[in-house]
Amino acid sequence: MTFYALTFALLGVGLYGLLAKRNMLKKVLGLVILEYAVNLLLVAVGYRAGRGAPILQPGEDPAAFVAGSVDPLPQVLVLTSIVIGLGATMLLMAMVLRLHQRYGTLDVDRMDRLKG
Amino acid sequence: MRSDRDGLSAIVQVVARWTLVMIVVYGLAVACFGHLTPGGGFAGGVALACGFVLATLAFGGGSGPAAALHRRVAALEASGALAFLGLAALGWTAGHFLQAWTPRGAAFTLVSAPFLVLINLAILLKVGAGLFAGFMVLVLFDRGLAPTGGGEGET
Amino acid sequence: MDAILIGLAAFLVLGSVAALEMKHLLSAVITVGIVGMGLSILFLLLGAPDIAITQVVVEVIVVTVMIRATTRTADEEPGPPRSLATVVAGVGAVLVLVGVGVAAFAALPRFGAARPMPSDWYLAQASTATGGANVVTAILLDFRGYDTLGEATVILVAIAGALLVARHVRGDGEAGGGRRPPPPAAKPPASGSEAAGA
Repeated sequence: MTFYALTFALLGVGLYGLLAKRNMLKKVLGLVILEYAVNLLLVAVGYRAGRGAPILQPGEDPAAFVAGSVDPLPQVLVLTSIVIGLGATMLLMAMVLRLHQRYGTLDVDRMDRLKG
Repeated sequence: MRSDRDGLSAIVQVVARWTLVMIVVYGLAVACFGHLTPGGGFAGGVALACGFVLATLAFGGGSGPAAALHRRVAALEASGALAFLGLAALGWTAGHFLQAWTPRGAAFTLVSAPFLVLINLAILLKVGAGLFAGFMVLVLFDRGLAPTGGGEGET
Repeated sequence: MDAILIGLAAFLVLGSVAALEMKHLLSAVITVGIVGMGLSILFLLLGAPDIAITQVVVEVIVVTVMIRATTRTADEEPGPPRSLATVVAGVGAVLVLVGVGVAAFAALPRFGAARPMPSDWYLAQASTATGGANVVTAILLDFRGYDTLGEATVILVAIAGALLVARHVRGDGEAGGGRRPPPPAAKPPASGSEAAGA
Protein backbone atom coordinates (compact mmCIF):
# COMPACT_ATOMS: atom_id res chain seq x y z
CA MET A 1 0.00 0.00 0.00
CA THR A 2 2.95 2.30 0.70
CA PHE A 3 3.96 1.87 -2.92
CA TYR A 4 0.56 2.97 -4.18
CA ALA A 5 0.70 5.97 -1.85
CA LEU A 6 4.10 6.97 -3.26
CA THR A 7 2.80 6.59 -6.81
CA PHE A 8 -0.12 8.80 -5.90
CA ALA A 9 2.33 11.32 -4.39
CA LEU A 10 4.28 11.31 -7.67
CA LEU A 11 1.00 12.00 -9.47
CA GLY A 12 0.39 14.90 -7.11
CA VAL A 13 3.87 16.31 -7.73
CA GLY A 14 3.31 16.19 -11.48
CA LEU A 15 -0.06 17.88 -11.14
CA TYR A 16 1.50 20.53 -8.90
CA GLY A 17 4.12 21.27 -11.54
CA LEU A 18 1.45 21.47 -14.22
CA LEU A 19 -0.82 23.79 -12.23
CA ALA A 20 1.37 25.95 -10.03
CA LYS A 21 4.49 26.58 -12.09
CA ARG A 22 4.53 29.64 -14.33
CA ASN A 23 7.40 28.61 -16.53
CA MET A 24 6.14 26.71 -19.58
CA LEU A 25 9.12 24.39 -19.53
CA LYS A 26 8.38 23.53 -15.89
CA LYS A 27 4.81 22.81 -16.90
CA VAL A 28 6.05 20.39 -19.55
CA LEU A 29 8.29 18.75 -16.94
CA GLY A 30 5.24 18.45 -14.68
CA LEU A 31 3.34 16.72 -17.47
CA VAL A 32 6.27 14.34 -18.03
CA ILE A 33 6.28 13.49 -14.31
CA LEU A 34 2.50 12.98 -14.44
CA GLU A 35 3.03 10.50 -17.28
CA TYR A 36 5.67 8.69 -15.22
CA ALA A 37 3.24 8.38 -12.32
CA VAL A 38 0.40 7.00 -14.44
CA ASN A 39 2.66 4.50 -16.22
CA LEU A 40 4.14 3.40 -12.90
CA LEU A 41 0.68 2.96 -11.37
CA LEU A 42 -0.54 0.84 -14.30
CA VAL A 43 2.51 -1.44 -14.16
CA ALA A 44 2.26 -1.67 -10.37
CA VAL A 45 -1.37 -2.79 -10.61
CA GLY A 46 -0.27 -5.74 -12.76
CA TYR A 47 2.65 -6.64 -10.50
CA ARG A 48 2.58 -9.72 -8.35
CA ALA A 49 5.26 -10.27 -5.76
CA GLY A 50 7.83 -12.94 -6.56
CA ARG A 51 6.92 -13.35 -10.24
CA GLY A 52 9.07 -12.75 -13.30
CA ALA A 53 8.70 -11.07 -16.67
CA PRO A 54 6.05 -12.44 -19.07
CA ILE A 55 8.62 -13.93 -21.46
CA LEU A 56 8.58 -17.66 -22.12
CA GLN A 57 11.97 -19.39 -21.87
CA PRO A 58 12.88 -22.37 -24.08
CA GLY A 59 11.79 -25.59 -22.43
CA GLU A 60 9.68 -23.84 -19.80
CA ASP A 61 6.51 -25.58 -18.71
CA PRO A 62 3.49 -23.52 -19.93
CA ALA A 63 1.48 -24.08 -16.77
CA ALA A 64 4.38 -22.97 -14.59
CA PHE A 65 4.86 -19.97 -16.88
CA VAL A 66 1.24 -18.87 -16.45
CA ALA A 67 1.56 -19.23 -12.69
CA GLY A 68 4.95 -17.53 -12.51
CA SER A 69 4.77 -14.31 -14.55
CA VAL A 70 3.30 -10.89 -13.90
CA ASP A 71 0.25 -9.50 -15.72
CA PRO A 72 1.31 -8.61 -19.31
CA LEU A 73 -1.77 -6.60 -20.25
CA PRO A 74 -1.00 -3.37 -18.31
CA GLN A 75 2.55 -3.54 -19.66
CA VAL A 76 1.25 -3.51 -23.23
CA LEU A 77 -0.88 -0.45 -22.53
CA VAL A 78 1.99 1.32 -20.79
CA LEU A 79 4.32 0.59 -23.69
CA THR A 80 1.79 2.31 -25.95
CA SER A 81 1.41 5.19 -23.53
CA ILE A 82 5.16 5.85 -23.19
CA VAL A 83 5.72 6.28 -26.91
CA ILE A 84 2.58 8.41 -27.30
CA GLY A 85 3.82 10.51 -24.38
CA LEU A 86 7.09 11.07 -26.22
CA GLY A 87 5.22 12.29 -29.32
CA ALA A 88 3.05 14.58 -27.18
CA THR A 89 6.12 15.99 -25.42
CA MET A 90 7.74 16.80 -28.76
CA LEU A 91 4.60 18.58 -29.94
CA LEU A 92 4.48 20.53 -26.66
CA MET A 93 8.14 21.49 -26.96
CA ALA A 94 7.50 22.85 -30.46
CA MET A 95 4.65 24.95 -29.06
CA VAL A 96 6.77 26.15 -26.12
CA LEU A 97 9.58 27.23 -28.44
CA ARG A 98 7.07 28.98 -30.68
CA LEU A 99 5.61 30.85 -27.71
CA HIS A 100 9.08 31.80 -26.55
CA GLN A 101 9.88 33.16 -29.98
CA ARG A 102 6.62 35.08 -30.05
CA TYR A 103 6.72 36.62 -26.55
CA GLY A 104 10.37 36.42 -25.53
CA THR A 105 9.46 34.76 -22.25
CA LEU A 106 8.34 31.41 -20.93
CA ASP A 107 6.34 32.87 -18.02
CA VAL A 108 2.61 32.35 -18.63
CA ASP A 109 1.62 35.32 -16.45
CA ARG A 110 3.97 37.63 -18.35
CA MET A 111 2.59 36.29 -21.65
CA ASP A 112 -0.89 37.21 -20.45
CA ARG A 113 0.19 40.76 -19.70
CA LEU A 114 1.99 41.16 -23.01
CA LYS A 115 -1.07 40.02 -24.88
CA GLY A 116 -3.14 42.64 -22.99
CA MET B 1 23.94 26.87 -32.71
CA ARG B 2 27.28 26.55 -34.39
CA SER B 3 27.50 22.86 -33.64
CA ASP B 4 24.50 22.09 -35.86
CA ARG B 5 26.36 23.21 -38.91
CA ASP B 6 29.92 22.22 -38.30
CA GLY B 7 29.60 19.26 -35.99
CA LEU B 8 31.52 18.80 -32.79
CA SER B 9 35.25 18.26 -32.23
CA ALA B 10 37.25 15.45 -33.84
CA ILE B 11 37.33 13.47 -30.59
CA VAL B 12 33.54 13.46 -30.37
CA GLN B 13 33.26 12.52 -34.03
CA VAL B 14 35.61 9.54 -33.68
CA VAL B 15 33.77 8.30 -30.60
CA ALA B 16 30.41 8.92 -32.29
CA ARG B 17 31.47 6.94 -35.35
CA TRP B 18 32.13 3.90 -33.18
CA THR B 19 29.13 4.19 -30.90
CA LEU B 20 26.80 4.98 -33.80
CA VAL B 21 27.35 1.53 -35.28
CA MET B 22 26.61 -0.09 -31.94
CA ILE B 23 23.47 1.99 -31.37
CA VAL B 24 22.06 1.18 -34.82
CA VAL B 25 22.85 -2.53 -34.46
CA TYR B 26 21.29 -2.47 -30.98
CA GLY B 27 18.13 -0.86 -32.30
CA LEU B 28 17.85 -3.38 -35.13
CA ALA B 29 18.50 -6.31 -32.79
CA VAL B 30 15.96 -5.11 -30.24
CA ALA B 31 13.36 -4.83 -33.00
CA CYS B 32 14.20 -8.09 -34.81
CA PHE B 33 14.12 -10.24 -31.67
CA GLY B 34 11.29 -8.37 -30.01
CA HIS B 35 9.06 -11.43 -30.18
CA LEU B 36 11.55 -13.56 -28.23
CA THR B 37 13.33 -11.18 -25.88
CA PRO B 38 12.44 -7.89 -24.20
CA GLY B 39 12.07 -5.05 -26.66
CA GLY B 40 10.24 -4.58 -29.91
CA GLY B 41 9.67 -2.14 -32.71
CA PHE B 42 8.99 0.83 -30.46
CA ALA B 43 12.05 0.45 -28.24
CA GLY B 44 14.23 -0.33 -31.26
CA GLY B 45 12.80 2.60 -33.20
CA VAL B 46 13.48 5.06 -30.40
CA ALA B 47 17.02 3.67 -30.07
CA LEU B 48 17.51 4.13 -33.81
CA ALA B 49 16.25 7.70 -33.52
CA CYS B 50 18.79 8.22 -30.70
CA GLY B 51 21.50 7.10 -33.10
CA PHE B 52 20.30 9.54 -35.77
CA VAL B 53 20.24 12.33 -33.17
CA LEU B 54 23.80 11.49 -32.16
CA ALA B 55 24.86 11.60 -35.81
CA THR B 56 23.22 15.00 -36.25
CA LEU B 57 24.79 16.47 -33.14
CA ALA B 58 28.27 15.07 -33.80
CA PHE B 59 28.60 15.56 -37.56
CA GLY B 60 26.34 18.57 -38.06
CA GLY B 61 23.11 18.77 -39.99
CA GLY B 62 24.37 20.28 -43.21
CA SER B 63 26.94 17.75 -44.33
CA GLY B 64 28.24 14.33 -43.46
CA PRO B 65 26.34 11.12 -42.91
CA ALA B 66 23.32 12.81 -41.34
CA ALA B 67 22.57 15.03 -44.35
CA ALA B 68 21.36 12.25 -46.64
CA LEU B 69 19.15 11.05 -43.84
CA HIS B 70 17.53 14.47 -43.39
CA ARG B 71 16.39 14.55 -46.98
CA ARG B 72 14.83 11.12 -46.76
CA VAL B 73 13.37 11.15 -43.27
CA ALA B 74 9.84 11.90 -44.48
CA ALA B 75 10.03 9.16 -47.10
CA LEU B 76 11.38 6.73 -44.50
CA GLU B 77 8.55 7.43 -42.10
CA ALA B 78 5.94 7.18 -44.84
CA SER B 79 7.35 3.87 -46.05
CA GLY B 80 7.28 2.54 -42.50
CA ALA B 81 3.64 3.51 -42.10
CA LEU B 82 2.73 2.07 -45.50
CA ALA B 83 4.59 -1.17 -44.70
CA PHE B 84 2.58 -1.48 -41.49
CA LEU B 85 -0.70 -0.90 -43.33
CA GLY B 86 0.31 -3.24 -46.14
CA LEU B 87 1.21 -6.03 -43.73
CA ALA B 88 -2.06 -5.46 -41.92
CA ALA B 89 -4.04 -5.44 -45.18
CA LEU B 90 -2.42 -8.71 -46.27
CA GLY B 91 -4.18 -10.18 -43.25
CA TRP B 92 -7.34 -10.18 -45.38
CA THR B 93 -5.86 -13.08 -47.34
CA ALA B 94 -5.97 -15.11 -44.12
CA GLY B 95 -9.29 -13.84 -42.84
CA HIS B 96 -9.43 -10.26 -41.58
CA PHE B 97 -7.47 -7.06 -41.15
CA LEU B 98 -4.32 -7.43 -38.99
CA GLN B 99 -4.62 -11.22 -39.02
CA ALA B 100 -1.24 -12.98 -38.82
CA TRP B 101 -1.00 -14.40 -42.34
CA THR B 102 2.54 -15.75 -42.44
CA PRO B 103 3.42 -19.41 -41.81
CA ARG B 104 5.16 -20.19 -38.54
CA GLY B 105 8.55 -21.80 -38.04
CA ALA B 106 10.29 -23.60 -35.21
CA ALA B 107 9.76 -22.18 -31.75
CA PHE B 108 12.33 -19.81 -30.23
CA THR B 109 13.94 -18.87 -33.54
CA LEU B 110 13.77 -15.70 -35.61
CA VAL B 111 11.18 -17.26 -37.93
CA SER B 112 8.97 -18.61 -35.16
CA ALA B 113 6.66 -15.65 -35.71
CA PRO B 114 7.43 -13.94 -39.07
CA PHE B 115 4.37 -11.71 -38.81
CA LEU B 116 5.54 -10.23 -35.51
CA VAL B 117 9.06 -9.69 -36.93
CA LEU B 118 7.75 -7.91 -40.04
CA ILE B 119 5.38 -5.69 -38.08
CA ASN B 120 8.18 -4.92 -35.62
CA LEU B 121 10.46 -3.86 -38.48
CA ALA B 122 7.75 -1.64 -39.99
CA ILE B 123 7.23 0.01 -36.61
CA LEU B 124 11.01 0.37 -36.21
CA LEU B 125 11.19 2.32 -39.45
CA LYS B 126 8.15 4.42 -38.67
CA VAL B 127 8.99 5.30 -35.08
CA GLY B 128 12.70 5.82 -35.76
CA ALA B 129 12.15 8.15 -38.70
CA GLY B 130 9.17 9.86 -37.09
CA LEU B 131 10.91 10.73 -33.84
CA PHE B 132 14.02 11.84 -35.69
CA ALA B 133 11.84 14.14 -37.78
CA GLY B 134 10.39 15.52 -34.55
CA PHE B 135 13.88 16.14 -33.21
CA MET B 136 14.90 17.89 -36.43
CA VAL B 137 11.83 20.14 -36.19
CA LEU B 138 12.89 21.27 -32.73
CA VAL B 139 16.61 21.60 -33.50
CA LEU B 140 16.12 23.55 -36.71
CA PHE B 141 13.45 25.66 -35.09
CA ASP B 142 15.29 28.94 -34.67
CA ARG B 143 17.05 28.70 -38.00
CA GLY B 144 13.79 29.02 -39.89
CA LEU B 145 14.60 26.07 -42.10
CA ALA B 146 12.18 23.46 -43.31
CA PRO B 147 13.13 20.40 -41.26
CA THR B 148 12.49 17.89 -44.03
CA GLY B 149 12.74 17.99 -47.75
CA GLY B 150 13.91 21.24 -49.27
CA GLY B 151 15.76 22.76 -46.32
CA GLU B 152 19.16 21.38 -47.13
CA GLY B 153 19.99 23.81 -49.88
CA GLU B 154 20.51 26.64 -47.43
CA THR B 155 23.15 25.06 -45.22
CA MET C 1 12.38 -6.57 -2.36
CA ASP C 2 9.53 -4.42 -1.16
CA ALA C 3 11.97 -2.11 0.60
CA ILE C 4 13.90 -1.59 -2.66
CA LEU C 5 10.72 -0.82 -4.58
CA ILE C 6 9.48 1.63 -1.97
CA GLY C 7 12.91 3.25 -1.69
CA LEU C 8 13.09 3.76 -5.46
CA ALA C 9 9.56 5.17 -5.54
CA ALA C 10 10.45 7.60 -2.76
CA PHE C 11 13.53 8.59 -4.78
CA LEU C 12 11.29 9.32 -7.77
CA VAL C 13 9.01 11.55 -5.68
CA LEU C 14 11.90 13.47 -4.11
CA GLY C 15 13.66 13.84 -7.45
CA SER C 16 10.49 15.16 -9.07
CA VAL C 17 10.00 17.75 -6.34
CA ALA C 18 13.65 18.78 -6.66
CA ALA C 19 13.31 19.09 -10.45
CA LEU C 20 10.23 21.27 -10.22
CA GLU C 21 11.63 23.53 -7.49
CA MET C 22 15.00 24.16 -9.16
CA LYS C 23 15.67 27.67 -10.41
CA HIS C 24 18.10 26.58 -13.09
CA LEU C 25 16.16 25.10 -16.03
CA LEU C 26 18.98 22.94 -17.38
CA SER C 27 19.47 21.32 -13.95
CA ALA C 28 15.72 20.72 -13.73
CA VAL C 29 15.68 18.94 -17.10
CA ILE C 30 18.66 16.77 -16.15
CA THR C 31 17.03 15.92 -12.81
CA VAL C 32 13.90 14.77 -14.61
CA GLY C 33 16.19 12.62 -16.77
CA ILE C 34 17.61 11.01 -13.63
CA VAL C 35 14.08 10.42 -12.33
CA GLY C 36 13.21 8.72 -15.62
CA MET C 37 16.21 6.42 -15.34
CA GLY C 38 15.17 5.52 -11.78
CA LEU C 39 11.69 4.79 -13.13
CA SER C 40 13.25 2.48 -15.70
CA ILE C 41 15.00 0.48 -12.93
CA LEU C 42 11.68 0.32 -11.10
CA PHE C 43 9.97 -1.09 -14.21
CA LEU C 44 12.69 -3.72 -14.45
CA LEU C 45 12.15 -4.74 -10.81
CA LEU C 46 8.39 -4.87 -11.38
CA GLY C 47 8.89 -7.54 -14.06
CA ALA C 48 8.54 -5.33 -17.14
CA PRO C 49 11.86 -5.41 -19.07
CA ASP C 50 10.12 -4.29 -22.30
CA ILE C 51 8.97 -1.10 -20.66
CA ALA C 52 12.33 -0.60 -18.95
CA ILE C 53 14.16 -0.63 -22.32
CA THR C 54 11.61 1.70 -23.90
CA GLN C 55 11.73 4.05 -20.92
CA VAL C 56 15.54 4.36 -21.13
CA VAL C 57 15.64 5.25 -24.82
CA VAL C 58 12.62 7.56 -24.56
CA GLU C 59 14.26 9.32 -21.64
CA VAL C 60 17.42 9.94 -23.66
CA ILE C 61 15.44 11.58 -26.48
CA VAL C 62 13.25 13.66 -24.15
CA VAL C 63 16.26 14.99 -22.24
CA THR C 64 18.15 15.76 -25.46
CA VAL C 65 15.20 17.66 -26.94
CA MET C 66 14.57 19.58 -23.72
CA ILE C 67 18.24 20.49 -23.27
CA ARG C 68 18.20 21.90 -26.80
CA ALA C 69 15.22 24.01 -25.78
CA THR C 70 16.68 25.22 -22.47
CA THR C 71 19.97 26.38 -23.97
CA ARG C 72 18.16 29.14 -25.83
CA THR C 73 15.73 30.20 -23.13
CA ALA C 74 16.47 32.12 -19.95
CA ASP C 75 16.08 30.80 -16.42
CA GLU C 76 12.98 31.18 -14.33
CA GLU C 77 12.49 34.50 -12.57
CA PRO C 78 10.28 34.99 -9.55
CA GLY C 79 7.15 36.85 -10.59
CA PRO C 80 4.54 38.61 -8.46
CA PRO C 81 2.62 36.28 -6.13
CA ARG C 82 -0.56 34.68 -7.36
CA SER C 83 -3.92 36.06 -6.35
CA LEU C 84 -5.74 34.52 -3.38
CA ALA C 85 -8.54 33.13 -5.57
CA THR C 86 -6.06 31.20 -7.71
CA VAL C 87 -4.38 29.69 -4.66
CA VAL C 88 -7.71 28.72 -3.09
CA ALA C 89 -8.86 27.12 -6.34
CA GLY C 90 -5.60 25.17 -6.58
CA VAL C 91 -5.77 23.92 -2.99
CA GLY C 92 -9.42 22.96 -3.49
CA ALA C 93 -8.55 20.99 -6.63
CA VAL C 94 -5.80 19.14 -4.74
CA LEU C 95 -8.20 18.27 -1.89
CA VAL C 96 -10.75 16.90 -4.37
CA LEU C 97 -7.99 14.88 -6.04
CA VAL C 98 -6.87 13.41 -2.71
CA GLY C 99 -10.44 12.47 -1.80
CA VAL C 100 -11.11 10.78 -5.14
CA GLY C 101 -7.68 9.15 -5.06
CA VAL C 102 -8.16 7.62 -1.60
CA ALA C 103 -11.53 6.21 -2.66
CA ALA C 104 -10.05 4.82 -5.89
CA PHE C 105 -6.99 3.29 -4.25
CA ALA C 106 -9.17 1.63 -1.61
CA ALA C 107 -10.89 -0.27 -4.43
CA LEU C 108 -7.60 -1.58 -5.88
CA PRO C 109 -6.29 -5.01 -4.90
CA ARG C 110 -3.38 -5.01 -2.47
CA PHE C 111 -0.02 -4.13 -4.07
CA GLY C 112 1.66 -7.25 -5.43
CA ALA C 113 -1.47 -9.40 -5.33
CA ALA C 114 -3.33 -8.48 -8.52
CA ARG C 115 -4.55 -11.14 -10.90
CA PRO C 116 -7.18 -10.10 -13.44
CA MET C 117 -8.91 -12.78 -15.48
CA PRO C 118 -7.94 -12.22 -19.16
CA SER C 119 -4.21 -12.25 -18.58
CA ASP C 120 -4.06 -15.96 -17.75
CA TRP C 121 -5.58 -16.72 -21.12
CA TYR C 122 -3.07 -14.43 -22.85
CA LEU C 123 -0.15 -16.01 -20.98
CA ALA C 124 -1.31 -19.54 -21.79
CA GLN C 125 -2.17 -18.94 -25.46
CA ALA C 126 0.37 -16.36 -26.62
CA SER C 127 3.27 -18.62 -27.56
CA THR C 128 1.17 -21.24 -29.34
CA ALA C 129 -1.21 -18.81 -31.06
CA THR C 130 1.36 -16.31 -32.34
CA GLY C 131 4.74 -18.06 -32.15
CA GLY C 132 6.28 -15.27 -30.12
CA ALA C 133 7.84 -16.09 -26.76
CA ASN C 134 7.52 -12.52 -25.48
CA VAL C 135 3.90 -12.26 -24.40
CA VAL C 136 3.98 -8.45 -24.31
CA THR C 137 4.98 -8.25 -27.98
CA ALA C 138 2.49 -10.97 -28.88
CA ILE C 139 -0.38 -9.02 -27.32
CA LEU C 140 0.85 -5.68 -28.66
CA LEU C 141 1.20 -6.75 -32.29
CA ASP C 142 -1.20 -9.65 -32.66
CA PHE C 143 -4.04 -9.84 -30.13
CA ARG C 144 -4.34 -6.08 -29.82
CA GLY C 145 -2.93 -4.97 -33.15
CA TYR C 146 -5.47 -2.19 -33.48
CA ASP C 147 -4.01 -0.50 -30.39
CA THR C 148 -0.66 -0.41 -32.12
CA LEU C 149 -2.16 0.91 -35.34
CA GLY C 150 -3.79 3.70 -33.36
CA GLU C 151 -0.54 4.42 -31.54
CA ALA C 152 1.40 4.71 -34.80
CA THR C 153 -1.27 7.10 -36.05
CA VAL C 154 -0.99 9.23 -32.92
CA ILE C 155 2.78 9.54 -33.33
CA LEU C 156 2.36 10.51 -36.97
CA VAL C 157 -0.17 13.18 -36.04
CA ALA C 158 1.96 14.49 -33.16
CA ILE C 159 5.07 14.83 -35.32
CA ALA C 160 3.03 16.40 -38.13
CA GLY C 161 1.63 18.86 -35.57
CA ALA C 162 5.12 19.77 -34.37
CA LEU C 163 6.14 20.26 -38.00
CA LEU C 164 3.13 22.51 -38.58
CA VAL C 165 3.90 24.66 -35.53
CA ALA C 166 7.50 25.08 -36.67
CA ARG C 167 6.55 25.81 -40.28
CA HIS C 168 4.11 28.46 -39.15
CA VAL C 169 7.00 30.43 -37.68
CA ARG C 170 8.82 30.41 -40.96
CA GLY C 171 5.72 31.59 -42.81
CA ASP C 172 5.34 34.49 -40.37
CA GLY C 173 8.96 35.47 -40.79
CA GLU C 174 8.67 35.59 -44.56
CA ALA C 175 5.44 37.57 -44.48
CA GLY C 176 6.87 40.08 -42.00
CA GLY C 177 10.00 40.58 -44.06
CA GLY C 178 12.59 39.26 -41.65
CA ARG C 179 12.95 38.57 -37.98
CA ARG C 180 10.26 39.39 -35.52
CA PRO C 181 10.95 42.58 -33.51
CA PRO C 182 11.95 41.83 -29.92
CA PRO C 183 9.03 41.98 -27.51
CA PRO C 184 9.03 44.63 -24.75
CA ALA C 185 10.07 42.30 -21.94
CA ALA C 186 12.75 40.55 -24.00
CA LYS C 187 15.98 39.76 -22.26
CA PRO C 188 19.28 39.51 -24.10
CA PRO C 189 19.68 36.05 -25.61
CA ALA C 190 21.29 33.51 -23.34
CA SER C 191 24.02 32.62 -25.81
CA GLY C 192 25.12 33.32 -29.34
CA SER C 193 22.33 31.20 -30.73
CA GLU C 194 20.28 34.12 -32.00
CA ALA C 195 23.14 35.52 -34.00
CA ALA C 196 23.96 32.14 -35.49
CA GLY C 197 20.32 31.64 -36.38
CA ALA C 198 19.91 34.90 -38.23
